[in-house]
Amino acid sequence: MTLRLTHVSASLGGHPILHDVTIEVVPGELVALVGPNGAGKTTLLSVMSGDIVPSSGEALLDGVSLHQWKVGALARERAVLPQEQRLAFGFRVVDVVRMGRAPWARLPEEDLDDVVVAGAMTRTDVLTMAERSFPTLSGGEKARTSFARVLAQQTPLVLLDEPTAALDIRHQEQVLSEARRLAADGHAVVAVLHDLTVAAAHADRICVLADGHLRADGTPSEVMRADVLGEVYGHPVDVIDHEGRIIVLPHLLIHPTEEPTCAPALS
Amino acid sequence: MTATLPDRTATTSDVAAVLPGHRSARATALFVVLGVALALLTVYAAGRGQLSIPAHEVWGSILHRLGLDLGTMPTHPQGENTLWQVRFPRIAMAIVVGAALSTAGALMQGIFGNPLAEPGVVGVSTGAAFAAAVVIVFEIGFMGAWTTAAFAFVGGLVTTLAVYALSRADGRTEVVTLVLTGIAVNAVAAAGLALMIFLGDTAAREQIVFWQLGSLNGTRWEYVGVVTPLVVVGLVGAMLMSRKLDVLSLGDRAARHVGIDVERLRLVAIVLVALLTAAAVSFAGIIAFVGLVVPHLIRMLVGPGHRVLVPASALAGTVLLLGADLIARTAVAYADLPIGMLTSLVGGPFFFWLLRRTRKTAGGWA
Repeated sequence: MTLRLTHVSASLGGHPILHDVTIEVVPGELVALVGPNGAGKTTLLSVMSGDIVPSSGEALLDGVSLHQWKVGALARERAVLPQEQRLAFGFRVVDVVRMGRAPWARLPEEDLDDVVVAGAMTRTDVLTMAERSFPTLSGGEKARTSFARVLAQQTPLVLLDEPTAALDIRHQEQVLSEARRLAADGHAVVAVLHDLTVAAAHADRICVLADGHLRADGTPSEVMRADVLGEVYGHPVDVIDHEGRIIVLPHLLIHPTEEPTCAPALS
Repeated sequence: MTATLPDRTATTSDVAAVLPGHRSARATALFVVLGVALALLTVYAAGRGQLSIPAHEVWGSILHRLGLDLGTMPTHPQGENTLWQVRFPRIAMAIVVGAALSTAGALMQGIFGNPLAEPGVVGVSTGAAFAAAVVIVFEIGFMGAWTTAAFAFVGGLVTTLAVYALSRADGRTEVVTLVLTGIAVNAVAAAGLALMIFLGDTAAREQIVFWQLGSLNGTRWEYVGVVTPLVVVGLVGAMLMSRKLDVLSLGDRAARHVGIDVERLRLVAIVLVALLTAAAVSFAGIIAFVGLVVPHLIRMLVGPGHRVLVPASALAGTVLLLGADLIARTAVAYADLPIGMLTSLVGGPFFFWLLRRTRKTAGGWA
């Protein structure tokens, strides 16, 4: 499994979003996509998933252009965790996770459905809420259920759009360790992440997007530099080495010692 | 294929045993209850009317027709004729039309991912009715009894496609957009229907008006023979796509990510909805709210899974319509009430209750 994007440009509703992005993802690595709001992270992920056809350049999965893949065959190769979790009807959590097995219907792998679904639900800590109705879950519970659905799909390529956005730290670490484990098991994982410290801690490779351009692509220690990040985000940051872990700390706009300008003093 | 299996394959059964099963016990109970209700209601309805026939005589007549010389035959000289020329065709029609309407409702709610979608609400019934009125007014008959059904099918198909194309934006259908589109499409189709009433002679007018109210009066076996195959095709088609309909509730994009060809699925489903609606409308007229109410009730009882929802809705629809038709023809002596009036009378308040309930539990649909 190799995903290769060469000189990809893409637009949404006639508005150019991505410009000349070249990136390759191979099995065994966890790639983090980071960048400021509106940089084109989700659009890039959509190109990788085959939802958006590039306006120029090529997006190839195993040498075949993504939009030439049959829908069913592609679903056995790549899974996508969407940013927003929606469900039209009140299916139970277990039913939602089972939907991830849809691409394997009428194939020999179908026999493994129960084992795979139970395994995926254990790994995302949703087994205890299996009988609950999906629309009644909290945002984080929904995200974990959807992540279980993605795991149940058992695809070599896994695309995650902000998998940790609604999660507390325990479940954030749990989801990202599962993502790491997927990579260690030989899957290729691409995740859009907002927290740079989290991205640096878990990713093998970090790609920094800004204004639709790929600004940096490398290991966390190569990419996480105060000058690069400060320029990309338009905000000065400190990059600290804390016992071998990289911590990105944005500068404060108002210094704590300064006089507050708007908050009234408490008596 | 590099997909990895969980490393616990040794304990396969233990792991899988943790999962809650399908709601099969509840579904089975529902099917049994509905099946028994249908059988009892059929025999009861056959006996009721201006000429009252006791249940054991109805059984006797049915068994006799099946080649079993058991039980008592109807004692009234007109009994046998009344049963087989008037009542049973009408009961059969109520059964197939009820199944068609509720299956169409379940299917449409599934493909729009929207609990408000129903052929009546979004104007598909009116579209089919308009096309059928064209047949009545211009006395088109090149396909015999099938002409009305064929026209209604085309009318229903065009309106469904119109609603579909007009109400979708960014790959999903907002509830408000769907309802407003339905109003617009309904208005256009109703204008066409009004034009047909204006153009028709007195006899055609009367026929259109009565048929707009919905009625199973005057059903003949010949009509049942036209409607039944259409409904069977629609029902079987709906059941074949039930697993895919489940996945479609994830939304278009996520459904595509798990391998569903969403556009093709929707197109096939729309053709099936038009087929089912046309089958129901062509001889029974407009019977509203059945397709909206029935799938909702079934979903409350056994959950939203379409593998149970579609057949259970079909069965519940037959029971509902059979009961409604029984009331329509027996509530007032020597009068045959329009069945569409009855279903709307009950369906309207139910719809309102549904709105209030959804508002309370899920913060509304919009």
